[in-house]
Formats: sequence, C-alpha cells, structure tokens
Amino acid sequence: MANRRLAPAAEQPQSFAFSPENAEWARGQIEKYPEGRQASAVIPLLWKAQEQNGGWLPQKAIEAVADQLGMPHIRVLEVATFYTMFALEPVGRFWIQLCGTVPCDCCGAKELKAALQARLGAPGHVSADGNFSWLEVECLGACCNAPMVQINQDYYEDLTPESLNRLLDDLAAGRPVKVGSQVGRVSSEPKDAVNTLTDPTLFDGSRVGAWRKRFEATKADEAIKQDEAKSSEARAATEAKPARPQAGRPVEQGTADGPAQRVAAGETPLRESDRADASERGTSQAKTAAARPGDSPALDSPAERAAAGEPPAKTGTPDAKTGTPDAETRALAEDAALRTEPPQHPAAAGDDDAVPEAENPEARADAAGERPQGLTAARDDRPDDLTKIRGIGPVNQTRLNDLGIWHYDQIAAWSPREVAWVGAYLAFPGRIDRERWVSQAADLAGTKG
Amino acid sequence: MLSDQDRIFTNLYGLHSPGLDAAKKRGAWDGTKFLLDMGRDWIIDEMKGSGLRGRGGAGFPTGLKWSFMPKKSDGRPHYLVVNADESEPGTCKDREIMRHDPHLLIEGCMLASFAMGAHACYVYLRGEYVAEKFALQKAVDEAYAARLVGQSNVHDYPFDIYVHHGAGAYICGEETALIESLEGKKGMPRLKPPFPANMGLYGCPTTVNNVESIAVAGTILRRGGAWFAGLGGKNNTGTKLFCVSGHVNKPCNVEEELGITFRELIDKHCGGMRGGWDNLLCSIPGGSSVPLVPAEQIIDAKMDFDTLRNLGSGLGTAAVIVLDKSTDIVGAIARISYFYKHESCGQCTPCREGTGWMWRVLTRMAAGRAQKREIDMLLEVTKQVEGHTICALGDAAAWPIQGLIRHYRSEIEKRIDQYSANPHSDAVPMAAE
Repeated sequence: MANRRLAPAAEQPQSFAFSPENAEWARGQIEKYPEGRQASAVIPLLWKAQEQNGGWLPQKAIEAVADQLGMPHIRVLEVATFYTMFALEPVGRFWIQLCGTVPCDCCGAKELKAALQARLGAPGHVSADGNFSWLEVECLGACCNAPMVQINQDYYEDLTPESLNRLLDDLAAGRPVKVGSQVGRVSSEPKDAVNTLTDPTLFDGSRVGAWRKRFEATKADEAIKQDEAKSSEARAATEAKPARPQAGRPVEQGTADGPAQRVAAGETPLRESDRADASERGTSQAKTAAARPGDSPALDSPAERAAAGEPPAKTGTPDAKTGTPDAETRALAEDAALRTEPPQHPAAAGDDDAVPEAENPEARADAAGERPQGLTAARDDRPDDLTKIRGIGPVNQTRLNDLGIWHYDQIAAWSPREVAWVGAYLAFPGRIDRERWVSQAADLAGTKG
Repeated sequence: MLSDQDRIFTNLYGLHSPGLDAAKKRGAWDGTKFLLDMGRDWIIDEMKGSGLRGRGGAGFPTGLKWSFMPKKSDGRPHYLVVNADESEPGTCKDREIMRHDPHLLIEGCMLASFAMGAHACYVYLRGEYVAEKFALQKAVDEAYAARLVGQSNVHDYPFDIYVHHGAGAYICGEETALIESLEGKKGMPRLKPPFPANMGLYGCPTTVNNVESIAVAGTILRRGGAWFAGLGGKNNTGTKLFCVSGHVNKPCNVEEELGITFRELIDKHCGGMRGGWDNLLCSIPGGSSVPLVPAEQIIDAKMDFDTLRNLGSGLGTAAVIVLDKSTDIVGAIARISYFYKHESCGQCTPCREGTGWMWRVLTRMAAGRAQKREIDMLLEVTKQVEGHTICALGDAAAWPIQGLIRHYRSEIEKRIDQYSANPHSDAVPMAAE
C-alpha cells in the first residue's frame, strides 16, 4: 500500500470549480452510467479536475466532485488517496513518471533513475524552475519498449540516459518532441526485423468474406433441418400431447456443468473426493427414492436443488417462482470449476494423504505393506471394544473384525509395515500413526490385562 | 511459425491505419449480422468448441464463462465489462489491440454482449493508457457514426459501448475490484460468491473478460471454433499474443501459436538471446506473478498453459520476461516484491502486512545481510500469505519468492556467506527489520 496524504493547507487553493467546458464534459461523462449510478464517474471527474488544476488534485476539487456526484466527501477522499495516479501535491509542468518494475529495471531503468536523480534531485520535488518533478512508479505496461517514462500524458519509450536528458532539454526549451519510441520503432515490433504480417492479402480486402464458404456447405443441410422443424411444429399443434406428470414444475435441467450434475447424468467425477461423495450420494438418493416412491429424491446441495428446478431458497430474488435458478447453479458450477483447476504447485503432488489408485482395498493395501495376522474369531468370544481407541468408530471396528482383528494386543503388536497395510486398506494412510492407535492399544491392553 | 493467414491481429504493430475502413478491409465487422443471426447458443457453442482459454492470466475457458450468464433476464440488465486494466508487469498486448485493432475489440464486445443478453458494455482501461483511451474512443465514435453499434443499429440489436478508465491501481485488474472501481469506489476485491455472473456491476449479472479474449471472438466465429481449436495443442488451443521483454536482442509483441517452444519464439521473432543461448539465466514466462523457470528447464519448453504449469510456473498473460546472466536475480525478485507491496489494496491482513515484510527481508537477502535460517522463514511466510486472502494478489506476491527459493537458494546463501565473510560494523538484523 502506498501512504498518501493531502498537500499541506498552505499549498491548498481556496476554491475549485470546473471551467464551463470541463463542466459540460463532466455532464457527458455522468450520462454514460445508469440513472442513480453517477458515482461511477468519480474517477474521470477527479482526473479532469487534476488536469485543470495543473496536474495535481487539491482538497477543494475533491469536495467539488463529491458535491456534484452527491457522494459524501469522505468517499471521494478515499478514492483520491487510493489511486496512485492522483497527485495530491503540486507537480512540475512536466510530471515524469519513471517505470521501475522488473522488465524496465533489467533493461536500463536504473540508469535512467540515476540520470533523473542527478538532474532533478530527489523524487517528489518540483525543480526550481517549476518545469519538472519525477517519481518512480510501477509497471506502465510498455514492457516491450523498456525502459520508458511517462511525461504528463505521453509515453516516451526505448530510452537511454542520453536520450532522456535530450528529451528533457527539448521539453524545457519548448521544442517539439516525438512521442513514443525514441529509436525509430513504430510501436512494439521487433526493431528493423518485422518478419510477420507481411502478406499483402491481409490488408487489401481480398480475404473479406472468404470464411462464408464453410456456411454455404452446411446451408443445404440446414434448410432440410428447418423444414423438419417446421413440420414438427405443425404436427405438435394438431397432435394430442401426453399428460405431463411434471406439470407445473419447471423441468428444465440447469445447463451448468457442475460435478453434482455430472454425477446426476451418470458420469464419473474426475476428482477422488467428488467420486467418494458421489457414490455416497448416489446410494442415499436411491434409498430415499425407494422409500418415498414418486417423490423427488432428497437433494442436499443448492446446485442439485437448482438442477432439479427448485428455486434457490437463500437468494430471495423476486423471480424465484418463475424458475430461472440458473444463475445460482452457474455460480456454484463456476466455483466448482475454479476449484477443480489443478493446483499450481508441484508440491501438492507430494501430499502424503494421496491414496494410490487400485481396484480393491486389499490390492491397494498389499502394495503399501504387509497384512497383519488375524484370528478367525475373538478369543473366548469376547472381543475388545476397539472403539475405545480414539480414531476407530463402529464402521472401522467392523472392518477390522473382518480382518480378524478383535483385541487391543493385536493392534499393539502391529509392525510399521502392518500399520501401512491397514492404513491403505481402510483408505486413510498416515492416520493410524497420527492418532497413535498402536500405543493407545498398548495402553488399553495393559489396563485390561 | 504461424502463417500470416492464421493471425488474428493483423495490425498488431500499427503499420496500417486503425480506422474503420482499413479495419473492414482486414476483415473486422465482416458479416457480424450473419453471426448474430446464428443465435446465442450457436455463438456460445462455437466459443466452447474453440477451446479458447481466458487471456487475462487465469486461463478459464471463455465460452464456459459466457454460458454462466442467466439465459433469461429477471428484469435486471446484463453487463459485459472488458478488463483493459493491463498492469501485470511484462504485459503490453492489450495496449496494441486498443491502439491498432480497436474494431476487432468493439465487434467482439457486440458479439459477446449478444451471447450474454447484455445491451451495455464498459471497457475499463488503466488510467495511464491515455493515448489508448483516445484511440479506442475514436474507434467507438466511428462505429456509432456508421451505426454498427448504438440504440438503433444495422445489426438490430441495441448495444451501447462505453470507455471508462481507472487511475493506476494494479488491483483493479482483479474482476471484482474492477467492478468496485467502476462503481466509483476504492478497488478492493469482493468475496465470491456471489459471483459476478449473478451479482456483478450494480448488482446485476456481469461478465468480466480480458481484451484479448473478447477481441478474438469475431474471427473465431467467422472461421469456426474448429479452426481455432486446430491451432496449438490439446487443451491449449489457438493463437496468443506473446509480450517478450528483457534481455533479448529485439523485444517485441508477437502473435504465435500456443505451444511454440521458448527457443523458437526468441529465435524467430526476437532476434535471439542477448549474448547467445549460453547467456540465458532464467525466464519469468507469464508476467511477474508466476514463479521463474531456470534456463535449462525453459529453453525447450512449450509455451502453453499446461507445460508451464508442470514446470511449477504458469503461462499467465504470456508476458515472457527473459533474464540473462548479468541479472541480479535476488534483487530482481525483491523488486517484484516491492511491486506487490506497493499494489496491495490493504484489505486482507496477510497480504497488507506480508507483502511489506517479504520485501524487506528479500531486500536484505539481496545484499546478503541475513541469516540462512531466514530463507526457510521467508518460505514459510509466503505459504502463510498464499491462499489466505480474498483475491489472488497474495498468491501472486508469494509465488515469485517461492520460485526464487526453489531454484536459487544457493545464490542467496552465497551472498550471505560473502557478506558475513567481511567485517561489518552493523549487526546483522533480524527478520522483520
């Protein structure tokens, strides 16, 4: 963040008003925006005020703009101090902004900076003759023409300390200067080596309309299709329609391509977490559907509700009844799509919680470690309550029992490779160590014994 | 090399007139009415089929983004906002489009607005682009005069386009900050959801697209999504403007196929590497926000979204900053850190405090005035900033530093050793100083 303050009171003018032509221009700007949204014009108006006031923005101008737009003064002060192009203190007749960000920095901006420093002294001060003041600013977006400066409104590019000094001499003396590249480039082309865009047919109009060919080929097909469509419309008008069981409910499926909807359409999600989610949801939906025939299955996410045509509950938009839930669905789909963007960092690939792909849990586990010895049944038919181990719930207890693990001492005796096997089998590698099942089991085995 | 016939921005260098007549000869506004008559769904399908990924840095599929807009209006108007707040260091492509091929952009705005049911479009330029603002405004006036756009126009689709500008805030390139700024507030990003497609400008459904993504739309629709998809590689289709800056013999903007190798891009278009290929140190291939890639990894890499992501970096805006062995790499990344410190909007604490902290520590490291254990501390802090802010500026500030430490830790250590090998009267300061 830049720390920016208004100029001291002594330098502030007593009043500010737009000149008649600028006032006219300002009205034109305000008209660009919808009724009641005139605040949108605040940046262009402040800009014009700065221009009229010799390149800097006094407090009175900020207040005048606020009054004209019906905004509280503080809101416009916020804007004026937030945006770095508003100069809050007086500047020279030629206000030099030197781009110092990396592409310029590595191509000679340091030398330009030294030249300005030598010629004009510290940044932010107006030179004695009132002609110049300068500041290092962040990327000005002319990186192919680095290094460069902006003087008032114009860019001067491809500079060297010598050409910059010459430029400043010319400006001070009122001689005409060339805006843009100072080494004879037109814009950002490779200097004296343009080897693209040389085909004259690009520019003489001979290629105009060439693209229409691809439509002419398909036109004939389309004409047939249109006829068909027309005839089917005609048929529809006369033929009796079947009764619609869904009458009164919007049946349109959301077009958004969210994971939930892809699952509903029978596609397998790409991401593992989604897949697990989807399979659970699929079964729960099936169950509910079976339990309540004819009723719509229980839907638990807004995306699904929207897909099923229910109006979104929370937004409360006035049109909720008429059924365009698309926006919400799309927002969620957008969210999901953004989230499914693969991570930027290769570090994520080394995540130790990643579960390797395998057909069944045992094969997966065999790849990870060694299967612990199991018992066919609990000793004396009195199994230990494994759920006393923090991290084991009823489900995992059953699965462990299926492996022949019934007692604390069995778990306490697991080797690291056996821990890895069970971890992979239960599909949460690493968790057994994190929750210290083995030592918990040893403690429990000890107290029991 | 991409053939001239397949280039979209035929007046990229401004060697021809940007005016309406010349633009029409180059193919702009050719059959726009015909394309509009093909219908909204056709346009979106063609855009989806083209595989065009947003050109503003994130690479989100453009056609998909358009399809997020509500099909029917609920009474609120829809808006298209074009993001011309081009401020990512290294990027200077949209500027050339607005100066030299503005009619492609205006036509694209019309087509995109139609596809989204929008009747008004705002183009938000960065404040520094004064000449570009006038050039674009001139082209808009021409289009109004020729009744190509406006309330009653030859295309029978009421459409207004307005040129708006900001005042020098990098953060306004973030879509929700841009919307805030366009509403006349400080450019502080909003929390999502609600997404702009539901609740954007003035609380109405809004789509924000980069200039280049919009400007290619007309040509894609004319020549077909399949043509565009046939260029480049799978999932990385089409052509892209590359902005090559830094230590090459002839820095330039150039339109090339995605997937061109780094070596070919520099050799064919930029007059080769300054001092030969052995002099290449590293490259920042997608604007200052992405981590750098050292010479041996980048030199024969394909310049596309997926290849660069797999190298731990990204294509971003395709702003290729090339650095040779004369570069003070730690100092260069420290300079990038200063940029993010300067441009943080101050809304989220990790970013507001973290960017300044990272810059101060990195500046000391550039001079060697640091402890080696601070390298890991710095890395840890970047991880704390990354992903803990409303917008991606925190991530963008963290990634270049992570890239530096990943590839040039030894360089930082060398400087620390060199500094501590010599007697100094001042004590080596600690982290936050």
